[in-house]
Amino acid sequence: MLEAGMLEATYASAVSARRMRSIQGAAVLIIAIGLACWAAEVRPLTLISKIGNFTSYIDRMFQLESGARVWTDPAEWFWGLWKWLGLLRDTLLMAYVGTLAGAFIGFLFCFAASSNLMKSKWVCQGFKRLLEFNRTVPELVFALLFVYAFGLGPVPGVIAIAIHTIGAMGKLFAEVVENIDMKPVEGIAASGGTWVQQIRFAVLPQVQTNFISYTLLRFEVNVRAAAVIGFVGAGGIGDELLTSIRRFYYSDVSAIIVMLILTVMVIDYCTEKLRHRLLGGEVHA
Amino acid sequence: MSASLPTSSRRDAMLADAAGLAERHAALLGPAWRSELTGWIVAAALFALFCFGLWQLGFTFTMLTHGGSQMLVILQVMLPPNPETWARVVFYLGQLAETLGIAFLGTLIAAIIAFPLGFLAARNVVSNLFIHVIARRVFDTVRAIDVLIWALLWINVVGLGPFAGVLAIACSDIGSFAKLFSEAIEASDRKAVEGVLSSGGTWTQAVRYGVLPQVLPVITSQVLYYFESNTRSATIIGIVGAGGIGLSLSEMIRTVEWQQVSFIVVLMLITVSAIDYVSTLLRRSIIGPSSI
Repeated sequence: MLEAGMLEATYASAVSARRMRSIQGAAVLIIAIGLACWAAEVRPLTLISKIGNFTSYIDRMFQLESGARVWTDPAEWFWGLWKWLGLLRDTLLMAYVGTLAGAFIGFLFCFAASSNLMKSKWVCQGFKRLLEFNRTVPELVFALLFVYAFGLGPVPGVIAIAIHTIGAMGKLFAEVVENIDMKPVEGIAASGGTWVQQIRFAVLPQVQTNFISYTLLRFEVNVRAAAVIGFVGAGGIGDELLTSIRRFYYSDVSAIIVMLILTVMVIDYCTEKLRHRLLGGEVHA
Repeated sequence: MSASLPTSSRRDAMLADAAGLAERHAALLGPAWRSELTGWIVAAALFALFCFGLWQLGFTFTMLTHGGSQMLVILQVMLPPNPETWARVVFYLGQLAETLGIAFLGTLIAAIIAFPLGFLAARNVVSNLFIHVIARRVFDTVRAIDVLIWALLWINVVGLGPFAGVLAIACSDIGSFAKLFSEAIEASDRKAVEGVLSSGGTWTQAVRYGVLPQVLPVITSQVLYYFESNTRSATIIGIVGAGGIGLSLSEMIRTVEWQQVSFIVVLMLITVSAIDYVSTLLRRSIIGPSSI
């Protein structure tokens, strides 16, 4: 009897302790929401009163100037198809050049940033911090600065993407290198190989599939980045999209967004197929 | 038999049979020119495309040297970061709070809306293949639109300011969250659900007591992870006018106040690192160190 009573008491106290924790958590969350609403000037009333704008905006995006639905006249909807395709090609090239340049430099840096290959702790930490800086500053901020230095056009956009990619790739590459099997490296070092030879013959064969796979993933990310980097004047289709949105060319906005979505999906699909072929379906990186 | 032979005589036997060995393992012993050639061709094609890209995008040597030297000048002027007055510091800190608010609310709203959608797209909850495929496609479409595009669209609806940023981040993350949530739900163990159902529980009770306890830690950890990345997004959506510190940043770049620019960048870096640190700690305490 007594034991059952004690058991019940323990149970009740455990339950109430858990309940207490949940209540505390909820209270913290509610306070945080309140503070955030205040800081972000949330105005639910504005949203409710203007939600009609959103639906009508979407509605007008799919309307031609004549008032007909866009899909009734695709030729009119995509009137600027060739111009936009050219801009899309530039956008893809920006992503490609930025990814390749960034991945290459990140590749050169990653060995110096791996603690198992770089014996000097200071150099290793220095490279790690450099890579961290490169990836923490958003691409758009770099692009704004470079547009000022290099002038309007795709060049500052590519450089911004490349610098961000160096940071992101260098970190991932260094993590891969830090997880390799060190025995081949020791073997080559023991038979008199230089540092570069150790990397070429002992490290590279272990890491190259992972490196290529990460680079392909980064290319996907960079295509999205290149599409919007034009908002600050750094080339690609973003500039055209910004103009259409600011000047209320509704059907152009939807046409460009549709083209962007299709491009992103095709690129995602292709890189995924490539990565699966590279990894032989064994690992999902 | 061969294993018991001394090494030297095994070597002699192999040397005597060298021709036979070469014939049997032609693929291994022959020159690797075929795979090497493919490698070189791919590399050459990639490099050619790279050069074409440089040419097409208008890279010129003079432009790079000119821009580079310009950039060095800017860097020199930027250092040291200097906000000049305390009023500015307070103002920037206010904008940082706004940035965090945007990221927090945007992530939260996206998670709340995506939560039921995740169940809708999970194959083991809604077994209709048609709904599953359609839902996944819709999520992919929403995901493909960048947060900055959402920001521009919402500015047209609710006007300039942080509220447009909140809605933009919420919209761009709904797709990703719904997809991740549905994957977490699909990966959950069915036994708990079967247990609840077999003891007479309803479908809702099965989800509440069978699925939720399994997926909630995973979902919370993913939401925290996205909060980190949204903090980065929230720092830049101000550039197009959707609130946060990005607004000041682009204004200061436009008015060529380089010391203010570097001060803002430093503030952004500190904030992002602090949020990363806190969220990593939280995630670790939620799901344990191994699964991060």
